[in-house]
Amino acid sequence: MRVRIEVNGEQHVADDVWEGESLLYVLRERLGLPGSKNACEQGECGSCTVYLDDVAVCACLVAAGQAHDRRVRTVEGLADGDRLDPVQEAYLVSGAVQCGFCTPGLIVATHDLLRRNPHPSDPEIREALAGNLCRCTGYEKILDAVRLAASRSDGG
Amino acid sequence: MTSTTTDTNTSTGIGASPVRPDGTLKVKGEFAYSSDLWADDMLWGATLRSPHPHARIRGVDLTGALKIAGVYAVLTHDDVPGVNRFGLEHPDQPVLAEDVVRYQGEPVAVVAADHPETARRAVAAITVDYEVLDPVTDPNTAADRPPLHPGGNVVRHVRIRKGDPGASASTVVSGEYTVGMQDQAFLGPESGMAVPAEDGGVDLFVATQWLHVDQSQVAAALGLPPEKVRITLAGVGGAFGAREDLSMQVHASLLALRTNRPVKFVYGREESFFGHVHRHPAILRYEHGADADGRLVYVRAEILLDGGAYASSTSAVVANAATLGAGPYDVPNVHIDAIGLYTNNPPCGAMRGFGAVQACFAYESQMDKLAAALDLDPVELRVRNALREGAAMPTGQIIDSAAPVAELLRLVRDRPLPAPAADDPRERPGGVANTTHGEGVRRGVGYGVGIKNVGFSEGFDDYSTASVRLWVSGGEPVVSVHTAAAEVGQGLVTLQAQIARTELGVRQVTVLPADTSVGSAGSSSASRQSYVTGGAVKAACEAVRAEVLDLVDAPGELYLNGGRVVDSAGATVAEVADLLGDRVVEQTVEWRHRPTEPIDPETGQGRAHVQYAFAAHRAVVDVDTELGLVRVVELACAQDVGRALNPQAVLGQIHGGSAQGLGLAVMEEILVVDGKVRNPSFTDYLIPTTLDTPPMAVDVLELADPHAPYGLRGVGEPPTISVTPAVVAAIRAATGVALTRVPVRPEHLVLAESPPHADTLVDDTE
Repeated sequence: MRVRIEVNGEQHVADDVWEGESLLYVLRERLGLPGSKNACEQGECGSCTVYLDDVAVCACLVAAGQAHDRRVRTVEGLADGDRLDPVQEAYLVSGAVQCGFCTPGLIVATHDLLRRNPHPSDPEIREALAGNLCRCTGYEKILDAVRLAASRSDGG
Repeated sequence: MTSTTTDTNTSTGIGASPVRPDGTLKVKGEFAYSSDLWADDMLWGATLRSPHPHARIRGVDLTGALKIAGVYAVLTHDDVPGVNRFGLEHPDQPVLAEDVVRYQGEPVAVVAADHPETARRAVAAITVDYEVLDPVTDPNTAADRPPLHPGGNVVRHVRIRKGDPGASASTVVSGEYTVGMQDQAFLGPESGMAVPAEDGGVDLFVATQWLHVDQSQVAAALGLPPEKVRITLAGVGGAFGAREDLSMQVHASLLALRTNRPVKFVYGREESFFGHVHRHPAILRYEHGADADGRLVYVRAEILLDGGAYASSTSAVVANAATLGAGPYDVPNVHIDAIGLYTNNPPCGAMRGFGAVQACFAYESQMDKLAAALDLDPVELRVRNALREGAAMPTGQIIDSAAPVAELLRLVRDRPLPAPAADDPRERPGGVANTTHGEGVRRGVGYGVGIKNVGFSEGFDDYSTASVRLWVSGGEPVVSVHTAAAEVGQGLVTLQAQIARTELGVRQVTVLPADTSVGSAGSSSASRQSYVTGGAVKAACEAVRAEVLDLVDAPGELYLNGGRVVDSAGATVAEVADLLGDRVVEQTVEWRHRPTEPIDPETGQGRAHVQYAFAAHRAVVDVDTELGLVRVVELACAQDVGRALNPQAVLGQIHGGSAQGLGLAVMEEILVVDGKVRNPSFTDYLIPTTLDTPPMAVDVLELADPHAPYGLRGVGEPPTISVTPAVVAAIRAATGVALTRVPVRPEHLVLAESPPHADTLVDDTE
């Protein structure tokens, strides 16, 4: 089948998509956008978190056909050229990135959290990010990054 | 002027925490992991795995798979041109099974097809005629069962004999402890691409921990000389030991050479649970004897480690469990037997802290038991027996650098305790499931301290190779560093550049991709890369520096700083750019740590390890005693790192390692029943989330090891070791239940028969 998706503001068309393919597979293997990660492909780890029409979802749980004629924003669509999104910058400087495989999903999830709740408390951060597994950091620096990103959005 | 120069070296050199060079790509989603590789004409690989833990293969019928459109190759062991065996220490594992399979998940055939789903369907269309055999699954009896390998079912038996074997003591405690099978659960699944080359060889792009040991094993299986197997490190999504053994490397290469097309493998999460080795489950029987003052008189132990179907690194795991089996304590009489076994359970090998993790849970549980028997504070008992510099290990090896065991314990003990839980379900066991309003919830505090060897031991020739180039570009001296060391997330790429900046006084350093065109760096394991590859980069920089300074005709000591040659007073002697002109200075150095020795096979005596590292934890938990739910409230850790070359990365290792040890304490276990894995998914194998992982207070000591580069001490593993017994001790303190296995499950708490302090519990609740 043919799937047409607006990804990061650009129209993309994928042909010969098998009906069993996920949005994640189409992004990664057909549209050249491997930033969303494939750590479990069953909605447990959050590594493939993307916006689908402004709702954060696991791209692995969305059938490609379900995304037809809809808008998707991935981690690749957050930075403005070389200028990182404040969430990306905060993860970078806080030491929240080690192997980095969870990072794209966590950054989208954090972006979504701060959009909904610009000043989350620690319990709110922990609850919001509980669907994103990280195996390297023990989450301490990730919490630092979220706090930093939230504090920076205070100023502007 | 001078301050600018100094700043160049100190803000981005050793001791600083500069931003990771791969960090920007990682936060933008542009870093190329091994699963992100893509080639125009690539095929997808898939693996047929045995559903049985033990079976004879009577026949394999490939015709169903070969008939499927889009399938390009279906291969079995008959298609392995070289030696159909691999293994880190003993080559006992077939690339593809021959006449027998020894574990559930063992690869039998591989397929290449034009779509991953086509490849999976082709795998499903292969028919294998299995004669199912009785699996060997109990490590207690495995040694006496029919042999799974020609040499029998004992992989290795290490004996430690120190002092008087008949020593007796006034206070004796004993116990049997069990450690479940933990998974590394890295997030980036096994994956990579093999590209056939014009010379008949193959170019492999994979996520691994040791490129050269992959290269030699892949070359042997392909029947090629090593130089025709060129390996480049692709982006690694975590490792923790699970990438030391081969997974898809040979399979992809076989298919690429057969089809003459690039072949990519990406395991799914379920396959990943079968695609790598796990932490050895263990049964540990201990007896501790102490005098009336709480001084340890003896430690006796028997430790069984279930290696599963193939040896992997079992030999080294057994040696660690044995040589470190008495813990970070000064014990005059030690009698330890550690035995690694073959069974038909999943193969076990390297995972962060291997051997030491299992032993630490047992000896620390014993120390708590001993403290209770002596009516001593558990920290006080540990402090009285703590190892210190100059003490002799059970192997007879004298500890010849800092061993601040007592100080680490005091640091975590003296930290202020966390406040009682607020009246908020998110701060209670069970969280927003809202299972309690505080009734039945009890708080406990527990301690643990552990010891780990750094680097490869027992006489292994442990080295790393670094190639460093210095030249002038755009009027400025610049440096490139090339090693084969695997960046697995720990920040080694940052560290290599920091070392080059410090040693060569430059600003711009590029760390080249790790590949096999430079000599081996050894493995990114055993907490060794800062030490060994760091040592190699430092040594190569020193050789480059010596060559540069040879060009200067000036008296006295000279240094490189801020792109200049300076004297000891800091005055500029020459600009490096002027000095070098078009000259390129390049040095390649193979660097070794101090040699170690094999241990005596009868007594275990010998200088087996190059360096010891220590960490201590205090855990505070709240337990819902009615439901058996545990919430870890806080972890405090103190660790000596010799010197923190990158303080942010050091903290990252301590936080991450602590979280993994917490997982082993209360959540993580691969459940194996009759040799079969019951929970190969992140739905059923749980790793800690943000809700399970508490705030962590960390004290970092920097007591330099005079034998190590910059005085550093390996960091990665110690925090994973001591946290598990600390959490369990805290749960025991909260509940009074005499827990003897990890992970602790709710039923261990709720269904425990007559907890020793049951009366007290009732009193306290009222």
